[in-house]
Amino acid sequence: MCTTCGCSDHNNVTMTHLPGRLARDAQDGPLHFRKISPVGDAVTVVPTHSHGEHTHLHFNKDAGTIRLEAEILSKNDGLAKQNRDWLQAQNILALNLVSSPGSGKTTLLERSIRDLEDEMNLSVIEGDQQTLLDAERIQATGCNVVQLNTGAGCHLEADMLARGLEKLNPAPHSVVMIENVGNLVCPALFDLGEYAKVAILSVTEGEDKPLKYPHMFRAASLMVLNKVDLLPYVNFDVQRCREYAKQVNPDIEVITVSATTGEGLQGWYDWIRTAIDSRPFKGSQSRTSQELHS
Amino acid sequence: MHELGITRNIVEIVNAETAGAPVCRIKLAIGELTAVVPEALRFCFDTVCQGTVLENAKLEIEHIEGRARCEICGSEYQMPITGSRCHCGSREHRLLAGEELKIVEVELH
Repeated sequence: MCTTCGCSDHNNVTMTHLPGRLARDAQDGPLHFRKISPVGDAVTVVPTHSHGEHTHLHFNKDAGTIRLEAEILSKNDGLAKQNRDWLQAQNILALNLVSSPGSGKTTLLERSIRDLEDEMNLSVIEGDQQTLLDAERIQATGCNVVQLNTGAGCHLEADMLARGLEKLNPAPHSVVMIENVGNLVCPALFDLGEYAKVAILSVTEGEDKPLKYPHMFRAASLMVLNKVDLLPYVNFDVQRCREYAKQVNPDIEVITVSATTGEGLQGWYDWIRTAIDSRPFKGSQSRTSQELHS
Repeated sequence: MHELGITRNIVEIVNAETAGAPVCRIKLAIGELTAVVPEALRFCFDTVCQGTVLENAKLEIEHIEGRARCEICGSEYQMPITGSRCHCGSREHRLLAGEELKIVEVELH
């Protein structure tokens, strides 16, 4: 286990499926996902490793220095590509919601599901270190949801999403919201295969967060500034926050909302509708790629 | 914060690429625009590499600064993670460097 932050690898990742009454049009399951053995309602996800997959040398063993130029995240990125390809083939819009804990991601999802249930087919993958609390809140809306518990892990990775999608079994032409583990650092680095990362920031956190945690706001396509109903009670400069976010990522879009009162939510819903209308989805492999600046 | 997993990936890749041959030196390239902290990676390295092909290997990390080219005037300028704009005032840019996260080379015993 990492003594810096306590995160670990995936040895203790568990998954729980809470089917919702709104689940519809389920199909036979994603194409590339391997079957895993359920143990009751929860399954333990066994991490896969490629040790020993290579049995041949790529070079002369006595060669001294060997040029590798190997991408360190190639395994995750390869799995993310598989996810993205599958999601595109199914015409499913997947959004990766990232934020610090307590920004209101789950409340935003609950409200969005209720407001949009007649318009679009939404399902949810919840990421938390422990508990089914968020999945139960989502299930209470009637929505199909899978909870991924990462144990001590501080972010979701592409293989976890693959297993989550297999269990969730989202319908073609639907929308999958992925609520990442509350953490404003690590999820920025890991592509899951989503269409876009959406950073949720609340006005109680301070307007300087885009500068303090720039990786996340650089990786996100959209910043949803939540809890604006609390602006009269906190010292938060919306315009300055917007400028900080644009400084880190000139392409980022900003929407201000209150998931509690409903203020501004039409802007968020319109953003989702625009994303749906942009099919076929191109995906955005970490918004840090050069194409986004081209 | 995720450098432990990153370090495990490094061991996995090197082990596969060298078919288990022990390594005495490894060189990484880490761009400043990636969310990877070289100090944290060094912190994990010795522990993670114990009992692997990288045990006792010397770790070299090449830090690569962020560089961008202005889409308006074509100038190149430094791009820190907190963002920057060109001297012409534009923020429109194409990134040239800073997102590297790779194993450059290894040296075998």
